[in-house]
Amino acid sequence: MSTLIWVELQKIYKKWRTYIGFLAIGVLVPIVQIALYFTGEGYVKALTRNFQDSFIFVGNLFNGYLIGYLLLSSLFIHIPFLIVLVGGDILASEATAGTYRMLLTRPVSRLKVVTAKYISGIIYVATLLAFLALLSLGISCLVFGTGELISFRGKIIIFAADDILWRFAAAYGFALLSMSTVFALAFLFSSMVENAIGPIVASMAVIIILFILSALPIDFFKDISPYFFTSHMIQWDGFFHDPVDYKDIIESALIMFAHIVGLYLITTYIFIKKDILS
Amino acid sequence: MNLEKIIEVKGLTKNFRKLIAVNNLDLNVYSGDVFGFLGPNGAGKSTTIRMLLSLIKPTAGSIKIFGMSLKENREKILRKVGAIVEKPDFYMYLTAYKNLEILGKISGGDTSYKKIMEMLELVGLSKRAKSKVKTYSHGMKQRLGIAQALLHDPELIILDEPTTGLDPQGMKEIRDLILYLSKTKNKTIFLSSHILREVELIASRMIIINKGSTQVEGTVEELLNSDLMSVSVEVDRMDEAVKIIHESQWHEKLKNVNKKEMQFELSKEEISALNKFLVEKDFAVSAVVPVRSLEDYFLKITEGGDK
Repeated sequence: MSTLIWVELQKIYKKWRTYIGFLAIGVLVPIVQIALYFTGEGYVKALTRNFQDSFIFVGNLFNGYLIGYLLLSSLFIHIPFLIVLVGGDILASEATAGTYRMLLTRPVSRLKVVTAKYISGIIYVATLLAFLALLSLGISCLVFGTGELISFRGKIIIFAADDILWRFAAAYGFALLSMSTVFALAFLFSSMVENAIGPIVASMAVIIILFILSALPIDFFKDISPYFFTSHMIQWDGFFHDPVDYKDIIESALIMFAHIVGLYLITTYIFIKKDILS
Repeated sequence: MNLEKIIEVKGLTKNFRKLIAVNNLDLNVYSGDVFGFLGPNGAGKSTTIRMLLSLIKPTAGSIKIFGMSLKENREKILRKVGAIVEKPDFYMYLTAYKNLEILGKISGGDTSYKKIMEMLELVGLSKRAKSKVKTYSHGMKQRLGIAQALLHDPELIILDEPTTGLDPQGMKEIRDLILYLSKTKNKTIFLSSHILREVELIASRMIIINKGSTQVEGTVEELLNSDLMSVSVEVDRMDEAVKIIHESQWHEKLKNVNKKEMQFELSKEEISALNKFLVEKDFAVSAVVPVRSLEDYFLKITEGGDK
């Protein structure tokens, strides 16, 4: 299995498409960081304006943690669209290129092939998130320094500097679960067709539709939206609540995990039963 | 002759909904055979090859390779099989070397630098080892396809149209390579080709299929010699010769006449008898040309199948 994963990682990381996500993050994050570098103090002042009369804010509130948090909040909704570029391509591109014929006439089971591709895809998701963390949190901390993290949720929450990093680690861990669910969806679509464009567009469409349905102020959709995986994707933010509602987070994590396993099982079934006609 | 069955197919059938692509096909390939697999377009050749390599699941029938059921021993069997299925497609964004390394690793073969370069040398691509496959011509990809099929030193090599896209020199080199693998390395070769002359030159046994069913199976020699041949005969005084033929026992054998030649359908023994008959009647026989070839045979068989 390790050989197969090595092979699949070679294929993923030798394709230019893989780097679209890295490029997008690599361009967007520095742009936001540069903008905040020049205008960020004003941003914090605007946030704390209503409290200026009652509180005295001391220390470096405009720091790398705040920027890391802001970047994660704003980019998190867009990362899925970068993930599906690789997830939708991973199986369908083999059919398009005709390389299934080479790959599946080797002495390895289809179960191993599809599992290796799945694991490799999740490794890709992890590296993309690690890159986001490195750039948005790591570089921000280097440039803007560290300090307390201020958060507004109807009330002011200020996390002590030594109480923040574990929250980011947990948030990124949860993000990996969410993005793996998105990958699993694209991977499923990828197993069904022989062209990568279809799965990429279909995955994006499903995510957008679920987001829209969750946001509609209609009782019916409000009732069913807890079953949409998209409703649980933002639960990473729960780690920045005080106190952290672990029950909600675990419930969302289990729903994500069930999606990942379910989508994997369906994909595997389709892949094993598939006649290779390409 | 070693009669160990390498491939044994019984009652193989594949339906795609209402379309019967392969219909109750039987075939046997023996150790050391260069087995020609012939049939017109749409006969079911590629579907059969895909079933032999477990790319497609049969609707009915059984496949045994190396005496083992393919269904139950897929991985064990494929470890000893190298194949090209239709045109060889590779990861275009990788180099030829990387492609072979990846495919070799999955097959569990030797993927050392020496072994991979040896294979590329064998197919004349060692100088382009580090070029991305997207820069390769079709012929080069075809050669690379053969290299990947041989990389893990398989006992059975399944080649689907291996010379497609090659120039005449390249075609000859591949033919020579197949003969080398068969005769020197004792590999069993299953060769599907639409170039009938190719099969005639290198195959020891063959099968012709049409509409998914076996039409004939046997050694190339048996199949070419067991039947009547089309023979073209040229003599002086053609009109007079035709008249005499019509009055003789040869009348039934005469199939066509034109100003230049008479065409007969004769067995091997009858050719000399006809020649003797004409000479005894004082005709100068300037040419007796058997035009029997695999191509004629193939057309006859497949047309028969159509009827």
